[in-house]
Amino acid sequence: MHVGGHDVRTDPDGVRAVIGVTGQFSAVDNLLTGEENLRLMADLRHLPRPAGQRRVAELLERFELADAASRLASTYSGGMRRRLDLAMTLVGEPKVIFLDEPTTGLDPPSRLVMWEIIGQLAASGVTILLTTQYLDEADRLADQIAVLDQGRIAAQGTPAELKARIGGGHVQLRFADLDQAASARTLLPHAQVDDDDLVLRVPADHRVDSLRRLLYDLHEAHIAVEDLSMHTPDLDDVFLAVTAHHVPGQAGGDPADQKEPAPS
Amino acid sequence: MSTLAHTVSDSKVMLRRNLTHQLRYPSVTIMLVGLPIVFLLVFVYVFGGQLGAGLGPHQGRHAYLDYVVPGLLLITVASVVQGTAIMVATDMTAGIIDRFRTMAIARASVLTGHVLASLLQTLAAIGVLIGVALGLGFTSSAGPLAWLGAIGILTLSAIALIWLAVALGLSAKSVETASNTPMFLILLPFLGSGFVPTATMPEGLRQFAQYQPFTPVTDTVRALLTGGAVGDHAIVAIAWSCGIALGSYLWAIRLYNRRRAATLN
Repeated sequence: MHVGGHDVRTDPDGVRAVIGVTGQFSAVDNLLTGEENLRLMADLRHLPRPAGQRRVAELLERFELADAASRLASTYSGGMRRRLDLAMTLVGEPKVIFLDEPTTGLDPPSRLVMWEIIGQLAASGVTILLTTQYLDEADRLADQIAVLDQGRIAAQGTPAELKARIGGGHVQLRFADLDQAASARTLLPHAQVDDDDLVLRVPADHRVDSLRRLLYDLHEAHIAVEDLSMHTPDLDDVFLAVTAHHVPGQAGGDPADQKEPAPS
Repeated sequence: MSTLAHTVSDSKVMLRRNLTHQLRYPSVTIMLVGLPIVFLLVFVYVFGGQLGAGLGPHQGRHAYLDYVVPGLLLITVASVVQGTAIMVATDMTAGIIDRFRTMAIARASVLTGHVLASLLQTLAAIGVLIGVALGLGFTSSAGPLAWLGAIGILTLSAIALIWLAVALGLSAKSVETASNTPMFLILLPFLGSGFVPTATMPEGLRQFAQYQPFTPVTDTVRALLTGGAVGDHAIVAIAWSCGIALGSYLWAIRLYNRRRAATLN
């Protein structure tokens, strides 16, 4: 197997030189300041001193850590540690980055900042392998997704491909009373009745004219719809569909998302 | 850059990191350097009068001060390496080590950094102890060369014990274990020629005291600092130190590589 053009078996240090790894547990030195942590990385990557200093200053700025640069990493908040962690990974300008659950345990604003940074990195041409438990995150960030179930790849493809595999979405209609609901059931024989007799789920693609058609039919039949909502399949549906044979909670399935798999 | 140049530069970076840790965490350093000084004061002022009288006729506290300083120098070395084991074990539990493993850095530099930082710490602690001893009236007949020889022998034994502490720190499953296992090193100078002549000890203990590694080191340092024949002591001391250093080094490297392999698989 090759990573970044280096053989994993015969040239492990060549591989190490082109990759960056940010694990699930932050790999920062608590007894050093943010700036010292970055300097440590610059020195270990053998960057010449001025280049290293420039890189450190640039990363502190970019990751909004400049104000906290001279504070010990042990005093950082969760989001700051994660940013410092990723910044340390980026000191060596790796071509392939492994991110293991980069937003687990982060508050929503910190997660947004992280997403933005990851998006910028991917746009700059870096290959990112990202694992996550949050499927909305995978949907948002990834070009290629591999769903892992019990250590095996259960499904692989672009987010759109994966969603297409489990079929279209549905329109959910709620009616004011049972009479209206019964009429609608007659009108729409393909619809599924929900537990609650007042709700119908109508299979639908998401084209405007088919929705207009549905509403027109209901209107013509004098059926009043109290509430309407549209459901697109999301990756949660995909995950449940491809891992359906397992009892929830028993499966050790890590849904994982790979962004642009590394050349292998 | 060549591999050797990388190794040297990476080790320097790690040394700086470990020295910074020592400065940021001064309570450990103060405790480990302070312990031998407390021992010095207790042994000279509490026990010294009585023990000094046992050294020979017309001897007293002052003679005992001269006698006990070499033993306390060994205690100093043993004390500082307690910190080495703790630092190494703490480091191994920290995420930063996992990051180092993913980077193309000289393999041994993490450990070399610890060893060099501990060695500097030990030499500083030895300097402080000698300073205090001189302040209390320690008189040495040694010239510059003999002093250099004594410091050299202590440095060599420090390197041996530091590598041993690194290995103990690596083998410990927790930081608590790591802070306990090297404790026996502080005890060993007591069971040797550090505090009283081994000839006064009962059968069995006496043989142990005469042949354990701390004794030739203590005897060599004592001979160099307070006059007396160095004799074979130096050779035995050097042999013990080199043997312990080499064995511990190989053990430590093996433990470190095994941990490294375990993380990568």
